[in-house]
Amino acid sequence: MFPFCFEWMWDMSHMVFMGGLWYALTIIGLGMTFCIGKAFYDTFFDKGKDDNHH
Amino acid sequence: MDSALIPRGVKRCPTWQFALWIGAAGAVLLWGVFAMLLCWFKGLNQTNMNDSYGFALWIWADLAVIALGGGAFFTGFLRYIVGKDELKNIINYAVLIGFICYSSALLILAIDIGQPLRGWFIFWHANVHSMLTEVAFCLTCYFGVLTIEYVPLILENRQIDKVPFFHRLGHNMHEIMAVFAATGAFLSFFHQGSLGGVSGVLFGRPFGYREGIFIWPWTFFLYTWSAAACGPCFTIMITKITEKVTGKRLVKQNVIELLAKISGWMIGTYIIAKIIDTWYWAKVTAPAAGFNLMDFYSNNPFYGIWILVLEIVICGVVPAIILTSEKGRKNPAALMTAIILAVLGACVNRWVMVLQVMAVPVLTFENWVMYYPSWQEVATTILPVAYGVILISLSYRYLPIFPQEQELNPEV
Repeated sequence: MFPFCFEWMWDMSHMVFMGGLWYALTIIGLGMTFCIGKAFYDTFFDKGKDDNHH
Repeated sequence: MDSALIPRGVKRCPTWQFALWIGAAGAVLLWGVFAMLLCWFKGLNQTNMNDSYGFALWIWADLAVIALGGGAFFTGFLRYIVGKDELKNIINYAVLIGFICYSSALLILAIDIGQPLRGWFIFWHANVHSMLTEVAFCLTCYFGVLTIEYVPLILENRQIDKVPFFHRLGHNMHEIMAVFAATGAFLSFFHQGSLGGVSGVLFGRPFGYREGIFIWPWTFFLYTWSAAACGPCFTIMITKITEKVTGKRLVKQNVIELLAKISGWMIGTYIIAKIIDTWYWAKVTAPAAGFNLMDFYSNNPFYGIWILVLEIVICGVVPAIILTSEKGRKNPAALMTAIILAVLGACVNRWVMVLQVMAVPVLTFENWVMYYPSWQEVATTILPVAYGVILISLSYRYLPIFPQEQELNPEV
C-alpha cells in the first residue's frame, strides 16, 4: 500500500493500482477538507447562513 | 413523540406503529446477526461452501446488490455530469439505496472472508495482479463517496439543520457534489467491470471465460453496462414499493418515466452486446475449449437452457422493448413488469456467472456439482434486506428524501 511496505515494487502494476487508489482518496479527502474547512470559516465569521440548496 | 424530528409539511404514521414496523424488521435482522456471529465464531464450516464452491450464495448476493446499487452512480452521473435536472427529485433516494446496497456488500464480504480482523490485509498487502484487489479498493472508496452523498441528507433533518455548522457543511457538500459524483462514477466503472472481469479471466472455467481487449475480458464491460442499465430500475422499483407501503405518491411520473426511458435504452444496447457476446462465446470461445453450448445446459437437475432464455429474452429483450416505448412507460402495469424483469435479469446474470460457473464440469471425469446454501448463509443474505428496510424507514420518517412529496400530497 505504501512504498515503505516490504512487498512494494516500483513497477507499472503498483503505480497503476496504487496511483488510482491514492488519486481517488486525494479527491475525496481534499473535497471533504474544503467542505469542513469552509463550514468552520463560515460559521466563525457568520457567513452563508441564508444559503439554501433546495 | 418524535414529531420535532419529522420534516415539515409531511405526515408520518404514529410512533407506536413505526416502532412495531421497525421491531418486525429488527427481529429478522437479529436472526441474520445470530447467523453472522455463528460464522464468525465457529468459522465457515457453518456454510455449505466446499472445494467446488469457493464462491457461493454470498458472492452472488454481493454481486447482485452491487449491480442493483449501480442506480446511485448512474443516476448521480446523469444528474450532476450530464445535467438531467429532473432527476434531482429521485437522486436522494438513489443515493440511499446505493448506500444500503454497498454497505450490505461490504458486510457480506466481512462475513465471507472468515477472519474479518484480517480484512485490512487486502489494502496493506495488495495483490496488484488481482481484479478483486481493484474491486476491494473501488468498493471501499465508493462506499466512502456514497457516505459523503448521504451525509448532507442527514444534515437536512429539521433539528440537525438548526446547528449553524451542520447547515453550512450540508450546503458546502451540496455545492461540490458533482466532484464526488464524478469520482463515484469513475470508481463504479472500475469495480463493476472488475467484478465481471473475475469470471471472464477464468480460462480454466469455459462457462465464464471470455476473450476481450487488452487485459479486460468482454464481461468487464458487460457488467458495468448492465449495472448502469438495471440499477436505475431497482431505484424505481424500491420507490414504487415505498409508495405502495406509505400510500402516498412520492415522485412525479415524468421523473420515473425519464429514468425508465434512459434505463430502457441502456438495457436495449446492453442486451444487444450480451447477445453478440453469448453468440460468439457459444460459437467460437467455448468450442475452442472443447465444449458445445448444450454441454453447459444439460445433464443436471437445475441448469437448463431455460436460464439463458430467462436472462436474455424474458429479463433482457422484453423490458428493453417495454421501457423504450412511450406507451409501455405510460402503462403502470407494463412499466412495473419491465422494472421487475430488469432487476431479475441482473440477478440471474450474476447467479449464472458466479454459481453456474462453479457447477459446470470441466474435466471429462467430473460431474455437475450442485450447491444448496445452509440456513446460516440464507439468514446472512436476508440480513441486508432487513437492514435496508430499517434504514429506508428511518430515512423516510426523519429526512426530506423526496422533494416532491409535499406537492404530490397536498391534503396533508
